[in-house]
Amino acid sequence: MIKIRDLSVKYHGKNNETLALDKLSVDIGAGDIYTFIGPSGCGKSTLLYVLSGILNDYTGNVSIDGRNIDPKTKRIGLILQHYGLLPWKNVYQNVLLGVKIKKDKQGLDEYSHYILKKLEIDTLLDRYPKELSGGQQQRVAIARAFILKPDLLLMDEPFSALDAITREKMQELFLEIWQQNRVTTVFITHSVDEALYLGSKIVVLSPAPGKVKKILENRCFQLDNLRTRDEYYAMSMQLREIVSSKG
Amino acid sequence: MIKVFSKEKWRGALYGFLALIIFWYILSLILKLPIIPSPVAVFINIIQIFKSEIAVHVFYSLGRILKGIAISIMLGVPLGFIMGYFEKVDKILSPLMYFSYPIPKIALLPIIMVLFGLGEASKLIMIVLIIIFQIIITSRDTVKDIPQGTFYSLQSLGASKLQVFTEIIIPASLSEVLTATRLALGTAISILFFTETFGTEYGMGYFIMDSWMRVNYLDMYSGIIVLSFMGFCLFILIDIAENYVCSWR
Ligand SMILES: Nc1ncnc2c1ncn2[C@@H]1O[C@H](COP(=O)(O)OP(=O)(O)OP(=O)(O)O)[C@@H](O)[C@H]1O
Ligand SMILES: [Mg+2]
Repeated sequence: MIKIRDLSVKYHGKNNETLALDKLSVDIGAGDIYTFIGPSGCGKSTLLYVLSGILNDYTGNVSIDGRNIDPKTKRIGLILQHYGLLPWKNVYQNVLLGVKIKKDKQGLDEYSHYILKKLEIDTLLDRYPKELSGGQQQRVAIARAFILKPDLLLMDEPFSALDAITREKMQELFLEIWQQNRVTTVFITHSVDEALYLGSKIVVLSPAPGKVKKILENRCFQLDNLRTRDEYYAMSMQLREIVSSKG
Repeated sequence: MIKVFSKEKWRGALYGFLALIIFWYILSLILKLPIIPSPVAVFINIIQIFKSEIAVHVFYSLGRILKGIAISIMLGVPLGFIMGYFEKVDKILSPLMYFSYPIPKIALLPIIMVLFGLGEASKLIMIVLIIIFQIIITSRDTVKDIPQGTFYSLQSLGASKLQVFTEIIIPASLSEVLTATRLALGTAISILFFTETFGTEYGMGYFIMDSWMRVNYLDMYSGIIVLSFMGFCLFILIDIAENYVCSWR
C-alpha cells in the first residue's frame, strides 16, 4: 500500500516559486489501479516524480508498504508523459533499458516478444527515437515499463498520443497484463472515459496547486460491455460534474 | 542524408586540392624560382624518398600527435564530466579555467622546456596543453546542457552513478568531444611542428626545417605536403568516427 500524507511540492524557479502540490493525502491499495484525473498544471506529473523517487524535495510523508521510496530496491515501471526515451539508443536498447539497469538477464524473452508484438513495435527494433512517430515512441515507453515486470506501475497519460482505436487496444492490453500480476498502478489521465474504464478507484484533483478533490469508488470497474451500460453513463455524468465543479 | 553530405564534403576537398595544385603549378611556371618548385617535381620526389627518408619522421610526428590526443581525452573528458555533473567542483575549477583559457599556451614553451627538458615530454605537454582545454570545456558544457528529463528514466530505475555516466553522460557528449578534438587538431599540428624544430632529429618539423637549412627545396616541399596530408587524414578519421557515434542524431 502507498500512503501519501500532506504531500506538498514547491518548485523553485529563477525568480518565482510554484506550489505544485498542496497537502495531498491519499492511500493507494496494493494491487489496485488508481486513476488520477485533474486539470492541466495541477501537479499530476509532479506526483509521479515523487512516487518514482525522481523528486526528493518535498514535505509530508510518502511510504510504500511502510518504507520510504527507494527505486533501487523497488521495481518501478514509469511511463513518462514525454516518454523518456534515450535518443542514442534504438528501440531494442530502449525497451531493454529497465532490465539492463536492474541487471536481469539480457535479451528478449517470450513475454517481451509478446508485448512488443501486441504494441505493434516489433518491426521497429533497430530505429532510433527520432525516426519514430509520437505514438510509436509512446508505445516503446510502455513496452519498457511492462517488460520490466514492475511491482509498482506509474503511468503518466500513457495513451495520449494514440489514435482512438489503438488507444482502446492498448487499454485492453494493459488490463490483461494487470489481471495476470495485479501490480499496483497509478494511472494519470485527462479523459473521463479512460479514468472510468481503467480505474478501480478514481482520484479527482483540484486545479493548481493540486489537492484531492474527491476519491470515487468505481462501480463500473471491470463490468462487461462497460461502455454500453447505464451505470457507465451515470458514473460518467457524475465524474464530469465533479471534475468541472468549483471548490 | 548523412551519406550525401559526406560525399559532397569529399568532392569539395578534392576540388580544393586540385585548385591549389593548379595554382601552385602556374605560379612555378611564371616565377621560375628555386623556392617554388613545380608540384610535379615535388610529388616525384615524395615517391622517391618517402620510404627511405620521410617515413621515419611521419612515424614520430604521428606518434606524438596521437599520444597527445589520447592523453588529452583521457584526462580532459573525465575532468569535464565531473565539472559538468557536480556543481561544486565546477564552482572551484571554472574560474581557473577561465583565467588560463586565453593564455597563448605556446608562450609557456620556455617554462615547459626549462622544467621538462628539450625531449619528448615537453613536446607532448605542449600538445596536451593546446587540446585539453577545448576538450574539458566542451565535455563540461555538453553535460550541463543535457535536459533534466533525460535522467528521469534512469532515476526511477534506481540506476547507480556509474550507470548514469555510461548510459547517458558518455553517449550524450561523445560526438561533441570529437568535434572539439577535430577543431583543436589544427593548432596542435602547428605546435607539433614548432616543438619539433629543436631537441630532436626526428619528426616532420625537424625534416622540413633541416631541408630548408640544406637549401633542398624539393625535400622541404615534400615535407610540407606529407605533414599536411597527415593532418588531413587525422581530420577525416575523427570526422568518420563522429559520423559513426552520432548515427542516432
Ligand atoms: N521544473 C519546474 N519548475 C517550475 N515549475 C514547474 C516545474 N515543473 C512543473 N512546474 C509547475 O508545477 C505545476 C504542476 O506541473 P505538472 O507538470 O505536475 O502538472 P500536470 O498536472 O502534470 O499537467 P499536465 O496535465 O499538463 O501534464 C505547474 O503549474 C507547472 O507550471
Ligand atoms: Mg503532466
